[in-house]
Amino acid sequence: MEHYLSIALKAIFIENILLAYFLGMCSFLAISKNIESSLGLGFAVIFVNSITVPLNWLIFNFLLMDGALSWVPFIDLSGISLDFLKFITFIATIAAAVQLVEMILDKFSPKLYNALGIFLPLITVNCAILGSSLLMNERSLTFSESTVYGFSSGLGWMLAIMTMAAIRQRLKYSDIPSGLKGLGITMILTGLISIAYLSFSGIQL
Amino acid sequence: MSSNYNKILRDPLVDNNPITMQVLGICSALAVTVKVEYSIVMTIAVMFVLSISNLTVSLIRSFIPSKVRIIVMMCIIATLATLADEFLKAYMYDVSKQLSVFIGLIITNCIVMGRAEAFAMSNKPFPAFLDGLSNALGYGIILILVSIFREIFGSGTLLGFSVIPLSVYDGGYINNGLMLLAPGAFIVLGLIIWVQRTFTNFEEDA
Repeated sequence: MEHYLSIALKAIFIENILLAYFLGMCSFLAISKNIESSLGLGFAVIFVNSITVPLNWLIFNFLLMDGALSWVPFIDLSGISLDFLKFITFIATIAAAVQLVEMILDKFSPKLYNALGIFLPLITVNCAILGSSLLMNERSLTFSESTVYGFSSGLGWMLAIMTMAAIRQRLKYSDIPSGLKGLGITMILTGLISIAYLSFSGIQL
Repeated sequence: MSSNYNKILRDPLVDNNPITMQVLGICSALAVTVKVEYSIVMTIAVMFVLSISNLTVSLIRSFIPSKVRIIVMMCIIATLATLADEFLKAYMYDVSKQLSVFIGLIITNCIVMGRAEAFAMSNKPFPAFLDGLSNALGYGIILILVSIFREIFGSGTLLGFSVIPLSVYDGGYINNGLMLLAPGAFIVLGLIIWVQRTFTNFEEDA
């Protein structure tokens, strides 16, 4: 149990997917102007990430990995490695999962669909999602670990975008040099938030 | 006609730079900038993926049904990114280990998608190819600029050669470790954007 807690804490605070790995910056910069959209996109990222990371784990370990196809009866496929198809399969899984989530939400929970609706298509090209699947793969986590990792890295992303949205709302009233307005000040602020998150590093459970 | 090509080639370098003006592809721009070497490799990889994907999309643009165009582009880009990754693994294994997931993340790099959607879908193959090349160059310029600052101040070297003389270290100078960490990248890029926007008189309505 503690082991999972440590993975979660690490993914949320210490190795925050946005502040330490720079993933999902594009939508972070575009959406963080507005606090409500940030909340919506944050939830959508958590949702999709918790689904796609374990899903990609299953696909990688039972289809793509070196020798993963040895479960196929009658034909000997144990020498086959489809490792190189990793990128294209992961992104296809993500695109399909997003589409599926969209359709299921539309059918069973129109309220949630209306709240997340416009953000879901954006998520396919959010690097945070593909990034967490690839990082999960690179660290060779187990299935349950990757489930925890998917959820908590999404949570970390949401935390970062919410912080930024809150700061940017105050920023409207401050006097910033004209060249620094917008993108420039946002980058520098992200750097400062990232310094704050650095203080979590070294914490071990 | 040639002035048109000229414009396509020159525009993304400064005036319409993908990172500082179009705000595309920032994710990978920051992560690989710890060393100049990595950013050069990354720039070449992006140049390859972006120009070939623009060319391919532009060649088949009249056959792509507009409803599934995103998926089609995604497939083309993912194939190219896989090629780049396999090539690096085969010939530059150490660098590819360092760049880790970021070559794969070229797929979701908004520049590639953005240029395919905005330019390649509505232009002839050759201009599309040039557009891809120059946008990747514009991206690379910022990447290399950020990494020069980070490498000099963070580890006192440039392309692996030490540039800060030993006597300075003897005088008590210490490398700034923060530059090698994530915040350094954010702040350096923020400052570069500030300088560039001041010189081009660009103002964002925030």
